[in-house]
Parts: sequence; C-alpha cells; structure tokens
Amino acid sequence: MADTLIVKILRNRSGGTPLQAGDIAVCDVDLAAIIDIQFSHDRFGDITAIHDPDRVAIVMDHAVPAPSIRDAESGKTARAFAAAHGITKFFDVGRHGIVHQVLAEQGLVRPGMVVACTDSHTCAAGAVGAAARGLGPAEVLQIVCTGRTWYQVPPTVRYELTGAPHEWVNGKDVFLHVAAEYGAATSQCVEFGGPGLDQLPMTDRRTIATQGAEIGADFTLFPADDICLDYVRSAAPDAELSPLAADRGAEYADVRPLDLGRVSPMVARPGTVINNAGPVEQLAGTRVDQAFIGSCANGQLADLEVAARILRGRQVAATTRLIVTPASQRIYQQASRLGYLADLAEAGATITNPTCGACFGYHMGLVAAGETCITASTRNFRGRMGSPDASIFMASPATVAASALQGAIADVRELEGIRP
Amino acid sequence: MSMSVTGRAWIFGDEVNTDDMYPGFAMRLPMAEAATHMFHASRPGWPALVRPGDIVVGGRNFGLGSSRPVPLLFKELGVAGLVAEEFNSLFFRNCINYGLLALTVPDARELITEGDQVCLDTETGRLVNETTGATAQAVPLPGFLREIVAAGGIFPQLEASGRLRPATEH
Repeated sequence: MADTLIVKILRNRSGGTPLQAGDIAVCDVDLAAIIDIQFSHDRFGDITAIHDPDRVAIVMDHAVPAPSIRDAESGKTARAFAAAHGITKFFDVGRHGIVHQVLAEQGLVRPGMVVACTDSHTCAAGAVGAAARGLGPAEVLQIVCTGRTWYQVPPTVRYELTGAPHEWVNGKDVFLHVAAEYGAATSQCVEFGGPGLDQLPMTDRRTIATQGAEIGADFTLFPADDICLDYVRSAAPDAELSPLAADRGAEYADVRPLDLGRVSPMVARPGTVINNAGPVEQLAGTRVDQAFIGSCANGQLADLEVAARILRGRQVAATTRLIVTPASQRIYQQASRLGYLADLAEAGATITNPTCGACFGYHMGLVAAGETCITASTRNFRGRMGSPDASIFMASPATVAASALQGAIADVRELEGIRP
Repeated sequence: MSMSVTGRAWIFGDEVNTDDMYPGFAMRLPMAEAATHMFHASRPGWPALVRPGDIVVGGRNFGLGSSRPVPLLFKELGVAGLVAEEFNSLFFRNCINYGLLALTVPDARELITEGDQVCLDTETGRLVNETTGATAQAVPLPGFLREIVAAGGIFPQLEASGRLRPATEH
C-alpha cells in the first residue's frame, strides 16, 4: 500500500494496520510536552501516576519570567510536578525557550514520532517529519496519564516544490504565498515534497510547518531527507535515524505545483492569513507603530541574523518600536556571541528574553487601539497582540526589519546598501 | 448526562477565532471573569446577553487558532451546546474533551436564525429548529467521543479510572 507521510507515521504508531483518510487511529504518543500556563488551570496536582516520565517534557515559555503572581504560582506547580514524577526533561527559566524551538534543538522531536503539546503551533515539529499537532489542555493531561490518544487520519494536500527561492525570501513568504493562493486547509494534512526541497533550509521548513496551524491544517509535514537528518543528528547524536518520505503513488486530495522562484516577499493584512496576503508592494508605505520579530515561527537564529544584517549601523525610525524576542535561551546565547544582539540593540531594538509574550498579547509588547504592528510572529488575528482596535500585519523578519527602519511597511529589496 | 439539548440560538460568522473567544489578557483571569470577555473583538457585550441553556451557532472554520480551553468559558456562561458549519479540529476536540456538545451541520445558518429555539442531539446527529420546523441530519459523533461527552469530559473519565484524584479546588 502506498502511504502519504501522515498515514505512514500514524500507521506505524498505531499497530501497523493499514489506514486511509477518515479512519480513526489510536496511537502511542512518543512525547507529550507541557507548557507553563497549563499549570494555572489544569489538574496536574491531582494525577495519581503518569504513564512514562521519559515521554514527558515540561517547557516554560508562555509567561516567563512570571509577569504576575498567578503565573509565578504556575511555575511553582510545574517545578513540584516535575520533581514529584521524576520528569528530567524540564526546561526552566534560563534553560528554556518557546517549546517548539526547545524540543527541536534538544533533539527531542525526530522523524516518525507522534508528538503532542497543548499549543496550537506544535505542528512545528512537522519540519523534522514528526506527526505533531496542538491538542487541548485536558487531552494533553490525559496523554501524560495514558501515553496514547486518537487521531482521525486527514486527507493530504501535497505541495510539489520546484525552483529556488529568491534572495530575501523566507519560509514566511512561502507560507503566506500558499495561504493567499489556496486559503484554508481545515482538517487536512499539508505535505511538502519535490526537488525544490533541497533549496529549503530547516529554518524555513520550521517557519512553514509552524504556520500550518493558521490555515487550520491538522499536520504540516516535511519528509526526513538529508537536510533534515543532518539537522536532527546534530541535535540528537545518539538517536537512531532513518530517512522518511511518502510512498510513490500515495493518494492525495490534491497535488499542487509550487515554484519557489515565483514567491516574492509577502505581507498578510490584519485578521487572518487565509486568502488575505499579497506581495509587499501592495502595502508598502503603511505606517507602523510597532515591529516584532520573534515567536516559534520566526525567532530563530537565522531570523535574528537577517534582522541584524539589515539594521547594523542604522537606526529604527523614531516613530516605531522594534521588539526582538529570540525563540530560546540557546538562540539568545548564539545571537549574543555572534554580535547580532549588539547590532540590534544599537539600532534601537528592544531585545526581550525568550518567551511567547508579545506574540499572544500576554506580556511585553502589547499594542494600543488605533496602532499598527507588523509582525514576523505566528498570528495576525484581531486583538491577538493587544487591543482589538489595533491592526496587525504579518511578514518575514527581513520585511519587518526593513519596515522598522522606514517606520512604514517597506520592501527590503529596495533598501540601499544592504545585500541579501 | 443527556446527549440532547434544546435552547435559544446565537449566530456567529465564519472564521471566528479562539483569540476572539478567549483573549490573551483574559488568560490571566479566573474562569468566571475570563468568560465575561468572550468575543471581545467581534461581539463585545455578548456574555451579558447569553442565558444558561443557549446554543451557539458558528460558520466555517469555527474556532480557528489556539488550544486555550474555550469550552470552559462557554460552560461558565451556561452555553448548552455548539453547532457549526465547519469546526477547526483542535477546537472541536477541545469541546468534546471538556464535555461540551458540538455538532457539525454544514448548512446551519440557512436553517437557523438568531433567537430560534433549536434542539440538537449528538447521539443521532439530528438538529431540529423548533421555531421553524426545519431539520438537518448530521453525521453523529463516533461512539467513543459520545462517551467522553456523556461523562462530562476527559477529567471525569480520568477520575473514574483512578488516574486523577477527585477535584480538590476546581
């Protein structure tokens, strides 16, 4: 039987019985990740026994360092829970980062795994060929107890990549191009493949996989090719790894060609990315009060590098605030050592500690009514980053950095004296 | 617990997202207070109008967005069940897992006007608009999901199996 990537993984983790779209598969979950804010509502203190402490990770990311007493209490509960159940994969403040980034850089998500976490951008691990999706807090608590959950096998839409992206084009642009052209992918799996994959580094794959949640996809999957295996091997040198790809002849709901060379810098308008993004030229000149580079989608080292390159020796516009949030402590350390943080700070950026903070409008960088923000983070919903009367545009880190310089949405290709 | 509920309908649009239903700032509030901010962007003031037993009807892609436990806020306000033309799958799972009735009816907004009295039955998948007499037959929930809803959600199930001690303070 020729299987799509998602069928292959779910089948392998549910006993091997053949599966097709629509079937329900009860799978062993290889890793359940719990995040800090889950400890504020959920009943971890009432759990009698967990299934397997080796299959649980706790990552402090959404509200750290605690901006309120309530969040401080959640942190305390998390530490007590980890100690009580012998959970050693515990990433507390200072060794932490946004959960999806931490799991990847620690080598805890690998090809063929089933991964659960109560954050909708868990699909990020699809970049390394893991069947990962966001699940609700109650369900993640259940998985911590039982080690299993169910999935309805989604139909798969495959993007057949060809060509090579132009200089400045980021995974964000590729994703916004897809969201603008094809719209929602509700309850589908989105799979990427084809010869153009060789031109897409892991950072871009991670951005694309992360953003799959924004078009409502259940899973966003990349195969485990050489580029992927090299990355995972460097993060998890002792893990047993093998290539993973969809079978030739697998059945797809649709196969769509995507020439990466046709993708240009994109900007999503406020509200949603679904059928709501266009080339940057359409929106250039829109004044911005705040610019944000960060989140699980675009707070990676490569994202900070490109922003530093654009901003080095220049100044953020006087009317604009630029906030930069490295996605993890490790990225913060690397960006510090490489001088990116100094470049950004000297240009007038405010650099925060790693956290989900500004992306979900919880702490450090909310926007006021009537303000306009351009963000490289995950979501541009109305009210997401603060007031429901603020406007949130979404673009790549390069476009956000260029816009911060100009004080208005800008086409990075038109900046003088900056090379890709 | 009954698998069938009848109540007054509230109509919402397409792509209503979780950040609208449960804004980030409300995540730092106790549930009862957080619930007063539901739909803060698209329909501010709605929580003051809803009555226990009411039913919320959404359009396409209902609940797009995050995993935050929105069903707890609906339950806090006494909402008895949800109908949508299409649910986001994460949101749908959340409803079931917190014991909130949810039924997919692809032409829901053609059958229901705001204020109509609507009966929905997740066991049979049948929706009846008692105000107009219109009916729809949806695909009923699979048995194992009906069991979760009937138990009141995952937590009561985990309590029954001994994996979770009875709620201490919640």
